[in-house]
Amino acid sequence: MSSHESTHPDAPVVYEQFEDIGQQQETYVLGMWSFLVNETMFFAPLFFVYGLYTWKHHADFYLAHALLDWRIGGINTFILLMSSFAVALSVHYAQKGRTRAQLNCLWFTIACAAAFIWIKLQFEWIPKISHGVFPNPEFIQNYPHYAMEHGVPAADPYKARLYYSLYFAITGLHALHVAIGIIVFLALIYLIKKKSSLITDYIPTEMVGLYWHFVDLVWIFLYPLFYLMPRP
Amino acid sequence: MSATVVDKTQEEGLHEPHPKKNYLTADHTIKSWLLTVDHKRIAVLYLISTTFFFFLGSIAAAFIRAELTNPMGTLLTSETYNKMFSAHGIIMVFFFLVAVIPGVLGNFLLPIMVGARDLAFPRLNLLSWYVFMAGGTCFVIALMMGGVDAGWTFYTPLSSLYSNTPITLALVGVFFAGFASIFTGLNFIATVHKMRAPGMTWFRMPLFVWGQYATGVIMILGTPVIAITLLMVAIERMFKIGIFSPELGGDPVLFQHLFWFYSHPAVYIMLLPGMAVISELMACFSRRPVFGYKFVAFSSIGIAALSFLVWGHHMFVSSQSVLQGIVFSLISFLVAVPSAIKVFNWALTMWKGSVHFTTPMIYALGFLGLFVVGGLTGLYLAAIDTDVHLTGTYFVVAHFHYVMVGGTIMAFLGGLHFWWPKMFGRMYSEFWGKLSAIIVFVGFNFTFFPQFILGYLGMPRRYHYYYFAPEWQVYHVLSSAGSTVLGIGFLMPAFYLTASLINGKRAGRNPWGAKGLEWEHADSPPVTLNFDKPVVVTGPVYDYDAEKDSEMIRAGQRLVDMVKGEEEK
Amino acid sequence: MNFPLMPPQASEHAVAYDALFWTITALTVIFTLIVGVMIYGFAVKYKRGSSADRRNAQSHNEKLEVLLLVVPTVLGLAIFAWSAVNFTSVRTPKKDEMELFVIGKRWMWHVQHMNGIRENNEMHVPVGQPIRLTMISQDVIHAMYLPAFRAQYHVVPGRYTSLHFTPTKPGTYKLLCGIHCGTQHSEMVGFVHVLSQQDFDEWLESGGNRYTKADRSMEQVGADLWKEKGCGNCHQGTDNNRAPSLNGIFNTQRTMTDGSTVLANEDYLRESILRPWDRISAGYENTMQAYANSLSEEQVLSLIAYIKSTGSGATPGQGEYEQPVRDGRALDSSSKSTIDIANDRASAGASQAKELTN
Ligand code: HEA
Ligand code: HEA
Ligand code: HEC
Ligand code: CUA
Ligand SMILES: [Cu+2]
Repeated sequence: MSSHESTHPDAPVVYEQFEDIGQQQETYVLGMWSFLVNETMFFAPLFFVYGLYTWKHHADFYLAHALLDWRIGGINTFILLMSSFAVALSVHYAQKGRTRAQLNCLWFTIACAAAFIWIKLQFEWIPKISHGVFPNPEFIQNYPHYAMEHGVPAADPYKARLYYSLYFAITGLHALHVAIGIIVFLALIYLIKKKSSLITDYIPTEMVGLYWHFVDLVWIFLYPLFYLMPRP
Repeated sequence: MSATVVDKTQEEGLHEPHPKKNYLTADHTIKSWLLTVDHKRIAVLYLISTTFFFFLGSIAAAFIRAELTNPMGTLLTSETYNKMFSAHGIIMVFFFLVAVIPGVLGNFLLPIMVGARDLAFPRLNLLSWYVFMAGGTCFVIALMMGGVDAGWTFYTPLSSLYSNTPITLALVGVFFAGFASIFTGLNFIATVHKMRAPGMTWFRMPLFVWGQYATGVIMILGTPVIAITLLMVAIERMFKIGIFSPELGGDPVLFQHLFWFYSHPAVYIMLLPGMAVISELMACFSRRPVFGYKFVAFSSIGIAALSFLVWGHHMFVSSQSVLQGIVFSLISFLVAVPSAIKVFNWALTMWKGSVHFTTPMIYALGFLGLFVVGGLTGLYLAAIDTDVHLTGTYFVVAHFHYVMVGGTIMAFLGGLHFWWPKMFGRMYSEFWGKLSAIIVFVGFNFTFFPQFILGYLGMPRRYHYYYFAPEWQVYHVLSSAGSTVLGIGFLMPAFYLTASLINGKRAGRNPWGAKGLEWEHADSPPVTLNFDKPVVVTGPVYDYDAEKDSEMIRAGQRLVDMVKGEEEK
Repeated sequence: MNFPLMPPQASEHAVAYDALFWTITALTVIFTLIVGVMIYGFAVKYKRGSSADRRNAQSHNEKLEVLLLVVPTVLGLAIFAWSAVNFTSVRTPKKDEMELFVIGKRWMWHVQHMNGIRENNEMHVPVGQPIRLTMISQDVIHAMYLPAFRAQYHVVPGRYTSLHFTPTKPGTYKLLCGIHCGTQHSEMVGFVHVLSQQDFDEWLESGGNRYTKADRSMEQVGADLWKEKGCGNCHQGTDNNRAPSLNGIFNTQRTMTDGSTVLANEDYLRESILRPWDRISAGYENTMQAYANSLSEEQVLSLIAYIKSTGSGATPGQGEYEQPVRDGRALDSSSKSTIDIANDRASAGASQAKELTN
């Protein structure tokens, strides 16, 4: 799309469907919110299904959840909260026009996101998957051994498989969102550094930030639901 | 709609005037089409692809109807038959009806109608078409791998464990198509909220825009649910996890809840855009503002809201509790009320109007008749007791073809004929147009009315043959015969509309004498950014004057009479 | 050529059903006519160029809109109320129901009478007798559909569903599968034979005429299974430290370890047999084996029938078993053992098709 280049180098790009930059920004923010509503509905059925089955098989899910380490989850929660804070700060600095500080905050966020994924893989997914505790037909045999190794009583393997199916599905989808977040942040930093005319104010940062808060929020629900299950 | 044109361009020096080229002639390369971000070109892309899918689905329908003429079902095997109706249902719903009006008419008209130069996110719009095509391709590949046989409803555990057809691929296809519709919805919502021209208040928006807006809301809220649900089915198929299969500890009815939580609202995704079109047609060809504008506008929102509360009416006999069923039944009756309001208001729009019998209008009147029958037969199904006998029979099949074909497709064809001159700048032959509208109407009733009786008699749907009840044959034969007529009716527009592109008379800006920004301020076909000059809206919507319109004709008639009188002397 | 317009009306509910059905039809016709007349009338009267009076045209009228809101709502609610009443009555179990067990599997219906007679794709019932079908599927979802009785309900794997009806006219009616269940869905059809009480008794006497002769009632089969699987090793006449007694347990409230209570209905019993660990009875541990892979749905039904038969306090356990006498009809136990002959017939539906067309 050809955009209207304007005389002033720092003037924002207004796409031709918009009247002015104000309209463009309002539209973007509204679009982002609509997208987040859509995202919420995307996660909703998974949470619903999980809630339903937890209610139905509470005892077994409780046993199955013993294999998740609440400390690792807790660290990850902390990391994500930090990153969300950093994003909020970076929006703040963007509004103030303090690009240096803004970029630092964004880098910090990316570091957090990467750490989150690394911890998730290293301490949670890879050990489980390498022991075959992954929801496929072999799970039924592998799971009790794995539970024994960890010294926790095993749940009914079928229920445990359901639990871990949902666990992998939901945390997987969430991790995908985190990964996309990293890519978006990198792109944002690149554009800011390049002084791209696409980014002349804080709105792009704010939009990415909104997305990131959403990703964070999903985890805030995920963590207690999966890691801190109450005793039946 | 009256509007003053203020040449803001010169005031602000922001936008340079565009060379006088319309969106079709702006650029001729294939690349310029495939990478276009112009909402009008994307609409044309959608038109071509949905037409393709419609004919693909229709071929399956033709096989279904051919097979059912004989109680012994001699043409196809059971397996092939199941694949036929599954392909028919999936294509028609996910790759045709959900996409067609928003994708074609909505994309083309929504920005013009609110006075914007394009949709809010043009690149997202192009992505939507690509995602749609990716989904369609997945499904076509699944078809070539033999086709799927679980019906368009994908009930588990049949779809998740038992069927050995390429269901995963088909699910992925539908998943993609879902995203296409989410992107469209996002675009519509943002555009309507933020891109309206100065003076275009909410209650000056054409009802078409209201309808598309309500559709967008359902798309955003409902579609992600089906997307993730189908993904779960796919995962269950691949890894044998037990979310929906009782053998693995899951709950098959849970799937139905999630599926219908989307798919009931989805029937309004299919219908609301059609209703949106009808409002425009009734206003223009009655030369009257739509009666009860606000009620019609809010009834769209009402339908969108209530549509999320009635999904259980597809599951009256699927082991939900009696109370649950009764509550869903009650709400289903309530959701019929906004539709009733619309129907009566459309009819009242003609009151004291000046009714033009053009092709689009005949389609619109056909819509009214068929939709009323389709909607009212929905009440048999919403009544929990009558549904017990009718669910899963041809009564349901007839019901939904009345609303989907008699409703939405009639509306789409009406809209397509109405805006064809705007889209391509050419007039088609009114004679062939009217003829096709009448053939479709007649053929349609012959095809689907007998199915109501069949359903009441107890003919289950998705039956490959009915050797145990040869007495049903007569209705099946009627239906198949009707479908031939219907098929001819559907094929005709493909020919004369294409022909009009070549030798149609040039349309000019406003061949129907209609009101609305797209007619009064955009060329036919519109230029790339829709308007030469920014628009400012100052008057109300549907500013028609029926009296004057008819008076003009009468004056003309008197003139003719006078001339004739002179000649006779 | 004849044009049938109504399916046979062969149950109590069918009459009530049709009254409602035709009322809605009347409403549909009326409203279609109203809309049709409006369209036609306006279109003719206000055709472009007609000399009709077009002055003072209104384009909105709040009072009228409210009327348009209220009338359909009221009519709709009236229909709804009627249908809800009908539905509630048809879903409420009647007294003295005769219970039949139905297993749906791809692609046949398997019907079992209390006294052990089994039928495939056929169902014999006496006229005037309230019937209850207790149904379960072995694989995918099916639907038991009896158009002449206006009765239909899904047959779902993993849980029991029920269907209630009272046949009123002797005759042979269609029995169909109402939910798409795979390749031969359209062959999952059979017949319901409604017999006069006398014919039915004779039919029973001859042990069922068609495919199979039963020598043992369901309770007996259940009792044998009970012995064979050694249930009695743990479940004895009274609660002991190994396991609770199952005497008369059916339809009582059971307390679980977490303090919740459940009604011991068929679903609960089935679950307790197949997957006992799902819910543990208070005071016990999960020592019972899960029988999920070693019992068929049919066997589970027999066990449940047996457990139900202990309602009067007989002692299941030590292997003693009092033969329950149902409806005063004892069964001839000398005939040869139950073989599911019909199971060998690859597709009963297709063979019936031949019978029909011959
Ligand atoms: C465009 C699609 C569309 C639309 C608009 C509708 C509209 C309605 N549908 Fe339909 N429906 C489908 C598509 C649609 N449906 C499909 C595809 C299926 C089958 C899915 C499958 O199983 O494969 C289905 C199935 C279906 C069922 C489930 C049947 C079953 O499987 O057992 C039910 C049950 O309640 C139902 C009800 C209704 C109702 C009450 C309306 C209402 O919205 C109708 C409202 C309209 C009117 C009422 C007419 C106008 C009003 C008047 C003229 C005034 C008079 C009114 C009163 C007196 C109230 N539909
Ligand atoms: C938009 C939606 C839509 C549309 C337009 C149609 C259009 C038609 N449908 Fe479809 N239908 C559905 C949606 C739709 N249907 C759905 C969702 C189902 C449920 C599927 C399921 O159970 O899962 C269904 C199921 C369904 C059945 C029930 C099958 C069964 O349960 O066993 C039948 C049977 O008559 C049928 C018939 C028709 C006919 C005759 C048309 C006609 O309108 C079509 C008219 C067109 C033609 C008749 C063909 C035109 C001619 C050509 C394109 C050339 C053909 C060339 C050759 C034959 C070589 N449809
Ligand atoms: C090893 C001993 C043992 C055997 C053998 C056994 N059970 Fe059990 N059963 C138990 C125990 C212990 C419980 C209570 C704990 C529970 O609810 O799981 C129980 C519970 C039940 C219940 C639920 C009753 C309640 O308390 O609400 C049913 C029904 C049942 N068993 C049926 C059977 C049947 C049928 C068989 C044979 C096929 C069988 N059992 C074999 C030990 C056994
Ligand atoms: Cu069983 Cu269809
Ligand atoms: Cu519905």
